[in-house]
Formats: sequence, structure tokens, C-alpha cells
Amino acid sequence: MNAAASLRTALRALRKNKLRSLLAMLGIVIAVAAVMATVSIGQGAQAKVAEQMESLGANLLMVLPGSIAMHGVATGSGATQNLTRDDATAIERDLTASVASVAPINRTGAQVVYGDQNWFTQVQGTTAAYLQVRAWPLVQGEAFGREEDASAAKVCVLGQTVVNKLFVPGAPVLGEQIRVKHVPCKVVGILAVKGQSFGGSDQDDVILMPWSTVVRRLIGSQSDAVGQMMISARSSSAVSDADREITALLRQRHRLSDQAEPDFQIRNLAEMQDAAKQSTETIATLLEAVAAISLIVGGIGIANVMLVSVTERTREIGIRMAVGGRGRDILFQFLTEAVVLATVGGVIGLTLGIGVSKWMAARGNWPTLLSPPVMLGTMLAAGLAGVVAGFYPALRASRLDPIEALRFE
Amino acid sequence: MGRSRSESGHGNAPGTAPVVETRDLEKIYRMGDVEVRALRGVSLAIEPGEFIAVMGASGSGKSTFMNLVGCLDRPTRGSYLLNGRDVGKLSRDQLARVRGQQIGFVFQGFNLLPRTTAVENVELPLLYQGVAARERHRRAAEALHRVGLGDRLDHTSAQLSGGQQQRVAIARALVNRPSLLLADEPTGNLDSRTSVEVMGIFQELNEQGLTVLLVTHEQDIAEHGRRVVTFKDGVVLSDMPLARRRLARDELRAQEERSA
Repeated sequence: MNAAASLRTALRALRKNKLRSLLAMLGIVIAVAAVMATVSIGQGAQAKVAEQMESLGANLLMVLPGSIAMHGVATGSGATQNLTRDDATAIERDLTASVASVAPINRTGAQVVYGDQNWFTQVQGTTAAYLQVRAWPLVQGEAFGREEDASAAKVCVLGQTVVNKLFVPGAPVLGEQIRVKHVPCKVVGILAVKGQSFGGSDQDDVILMPWSTVVRRLIGSQSDAVGQMMISARSSSAVSDADREITALLRQRHRLSDQAEPDFQIRNLAEMQDAAKQSTETIATLLEAVAAISLIVGGIGIANVMLVSVTERTREIGIRMAVGGRGRDILFQFLTEAVVLATVGGVIGLTLGIGVSKWMAARGNWPTLLSPPVMLGTMLAAGLAGVVAGFYPALRASRLDPIEALRFE
Repeated sequence: MGRSRSESGHGNAPGTAPVVETRDLEKIYRMGDVEVRALRGVSLAIEPGEFIAVMGASGSGKSTFMNLVGCLDRPTRGSYLLNGRDVGKLSRDQLARVRGQQIGFVFQGFNLLPRTTAVENVELPLLYQGVAARERHRRAAEALHRVGLGDRLDHTSAQLSGGQQQRVAIARALVNRPSLLLADEPTGNLDSRTSVEVMGIFQELNEQGLTVLLVTHEQDIAEHGRRVVTFKDGVVLSDMPLARRRLARDELRAQEERSA
């Protein structure tokens, strides 16, 4: 019997027992749908986390002022002012092997006014290095440089949200004067859209100004204290070197003894990134394991139904053998039935899984990732499950003795 | 019906080997430690165009003999030549091939596939011969016409009477143009009138040249054959031609006259 004929025979046999075929398929349907949904949900969630992490900047280290204990009373972290511009300069100057850029940052909230529009936003006093550290390009104009910082120049770079709040669409922005608190500033650049942060806040609701402009003019402080530093390492492999070297340099500059707790803290974004990635990967692996198990269970379902079917159709097998069916014809017939069950179940499951993952992605606001290799792989796995599940029942059928089979009641 | 022998393709050219020739055929079943000697040396020849009835009580060995002749089983000892070819030592798959090409079976329980139409049932042997779908259908329909079921092609077994089901089974046995038709208690599940009708079909087919081997335990059914072989305890007890065989045609006519 050729392949087309046995396929037709298998389809006919399956159609004759619709309910049983459907039940046999159900396991595979659910398994394939589960695989599709979990894989695409896992990948979508991973992609979203990775995207948010990346928007912070590559190979990022954050240096924050630490707590110090005075007379046994510890202050909270960041309560001290022991990180200075000089520390930032020293890091940038001395650790060139591992560190690419150092951006000192001091923040303050400020009311901004342009014409009859006003808005309250966050002003970050920093240097041009900030744009490199955060991999944040400008869409218009230019960033301020060293001279502007040294002279506390009244210039600013606007985030997209601030532009939208102050200016009517299409109106010229560059070169305009806006008022930040009481300081008139010239807009020299506009930042590209960055989107939501990992925490969910709007990263575009920001104004960048030279560090000294913010500290001296807006905050009105003569201190050299830095709120925090954002530092980018030269490469992802240099992050841990940079971490270690910055720690050593700052301990030395702050004259800490070997036993003393550091008065600053370094947050390694790569580590956070890894942790987040690892947790999403763990979840993905877990889901995939569950999916694989359900595929096995689906296969067992098919094997079960096929075994019952072979027993029930013993006489049919006997007839087929009597009229010239060879063992391999019988084997092939039942194997084909199992594979058809698994494949049809797989197609239904695939459709269902795509639907579910689209729905989940829409709810979770992440991209639907339907990778063709995963779909193909899942279908192959389902087909394979059919072959494996169908083989033993089919083999049993093919080894029946025709005389016994014909006598079977 | 009423075709000539060559047209219908049955049988062998005159003067060739017997369809069936067994020599000292033995079959021993082992059930645990017990040996059951079902056949103890049967030598029999069936010539082309014969209609032979095999009789015997249950346990006489007639079923074992039929299974061997039908290539469903292999002898323990002795030889079996089917159309001159020794088939006693063929493999399972080779035997299946021989069955598919040279033997047609008719069983007591009809053995049709359930929920399957008559024409699909008849096509079954051709499926395993690799005959193309269109040709399968044509030949199956032709075989059903021959047994008088040309208007029942798409009826399933459940929609047919016992006699009609047995006709479908006969058509299935004919469709691959076998050299030997084996009928195992073909009337066992039928009432007497239908039995005679079925025997009538066998007689017609035989008259067209088909070699028929009928296994039965009913004397009056066996008397439709031209030769009766009786088995007892695994050997042939008697083997003789029937001088006056029953003709199903006449029986049916007589019945009609009685009822009229």
C-alpha cells in the first residue's frame, strides 16, 4: 500500500471515530498550545525586560554616597555629601583602562516657563558625558561642553516631554529662551525619546543643564558634593574591573582604613540586568519544562487511544491481513493514524497558542514574538510524539496472528 | 454473469499443475507441554475448476487444513504447492502477498469492515496490491455486479441483510481474480433459503472456472460441491466425487413452486 492510500485509510478510520479522535488529540492540542504560548510569552517578557534595562545605558555603574556612622548613629544612604566633583574627575582621569565616561549628577525639581506655558520637571545638572553613559542621542542641537560647565552657562537640553509641554508642535525650540526657576536659559538641544524606565517613570520628562549651572545657580550651593555618578565601563567584561578599581580609588581618596565600611556604594547595573534576565530565564525554562511534560502526556494520550483502538479493531486487522495486508502495511496504517492525530492536534494547538500569546502580549504590553523555528520545532515534536506514541500499538497490530485476529470477538 | 472462463480470469490453463497439492501435510500446535497434532499427514490435490467440500466434526482438522491452504499458517511438516509453487516455507510477508494475489476468502461471520461501504470493502484487497484508486473502484463495482449487488455499492454493512453482506464478502474474495476461493462455513450465519442462494453463487462462479474449496459441517451444504473430502482426527477419512450434487438453481425453483 502506498503512502497516499494509507493516509486516506487512516483519515477514514479517524473520521469514523470522531469523538475518540478528538479526545486523543486533545492532549497534543493543549501541549502544543502551551508550548507556543509559554515560549512566546517568555520571550516577549524577556525582550521587554532587556529593552528597559538597555534604556538605562550599557555597562552602567552607579556610584552613590553611602551612609556613615557618627557616634554610633548611622545615617541613611545618600545622606552624606562625601562624593565630589574631584572624585569624578579622578575616576575619569586615573581609571581610563576600565572606565569610558563619568557623569556627575545633581538633581533638583524646577518650575519651567516658556511664554504662557509652564511645567514642573526634574533638572539634572551633569556633563556631556551623561549622554554617552546613557547612550542617549540628541535629535536636534548640541550638548553643552566643558566651557559651559566651567562658566555655569545658562543653557539647557530638553527632554521630549518638556518640549511637548512648553512648545506648540512645529514651533522653533532651539535657541529659544525658557525660564528654569528664576534662571533664563537658552535651549541648545533636544533629547531623543527614551520612553518608560524599568520602574515605569517617564524618562523624557527631564531637563539637562551643566552641573555647575544647576548647583551654583539653581540650588545656590557652593559645595562640590555630587548627588551621584553614572559611569560606563569600556565593555561588559570591564564592568567588574571598573567596580573594583573605583572602590579602591574612592577608599584611598576618602582615606578609609581597611576595616572601615565604605562611605559610598556602587551599583552594578550589569548585575541587576543579569539578575532580571536570570529570573525571566528561569521562568521561561520552567514554562518550557511544563510544556514538554504536557507534550509527553499528550503522546501518552495518543498511545492509549491507539492501544484501545488496536484491540478493538483486532478483527479488522485480521481481515486486512487475510486479503493480503502485510505486517508493514498494518504497522504503517496505525502509525499513520497516530501521526495524523498528532499533526492535526499540533496544527489546532499552534493556532490556539498563537491566539493565546497574542492576547497575553496585548495585555502585558510586550511584543508578540512568534519565532518560526519554535513553531516548526513544536510541530516536529508533536509529530515525533505521534510516531513514538503510535509505534508500539502499531507494532502490536502488525504482529497479530491473522487466524487469531479473525477469530477475535 | 455467464462469462467465459478466460474472460473472468480465474483458474489455470488446462494441463498445468493442480491448484492445491499437499503431501504428508502435518501441523502440530504446542500448548505448554501438550502437543496437539491437528493434521497428521494429509495428501490431497485439487485440480483447476474443482468444487471441493471439506467436511468433518470440530477438531477433525478441517479448519487447520483450510488455514494452511489459505496461506494463513505454515505446516510443521510436509509440503504444500499452490499452483506448483512451494509456499510452505515462505515468510509472513510473502504469505500475505500470496494471499492477496491468489486466494479469496469468504468467512462464516462475513468479516466486513464496519461502517464502511460495500464498494470500499471490496476494494480492500486491491489496496494492498497497489492498484490505483480509479481502477480499484471500477473493479470493485464490477465484482459487486457479479454477485447481484450492483445497486448497493454505497450501502454500509449495517444497511445490508445477512445474505447481502455475504455477497459483498464474495465480491471481495473475487476482486483480485484469485485462483482459489476458500469459503469457511459461509452459510453458518444464514437462514436456509439465503444459504441456498449463496451456494448458487458459488456454483455459478465454479461453472465459470473458479476453483472453490468449501469447508462446512452441514451435509446438505457440502452436497453442492462436486467432490466431498471428510476429515477425522487430522487425517482424510474419505475422498469421493458426488454423483448427484445439489443444484441451487433447482432448489430455489422448487421452493418457489412450493410457496406458490
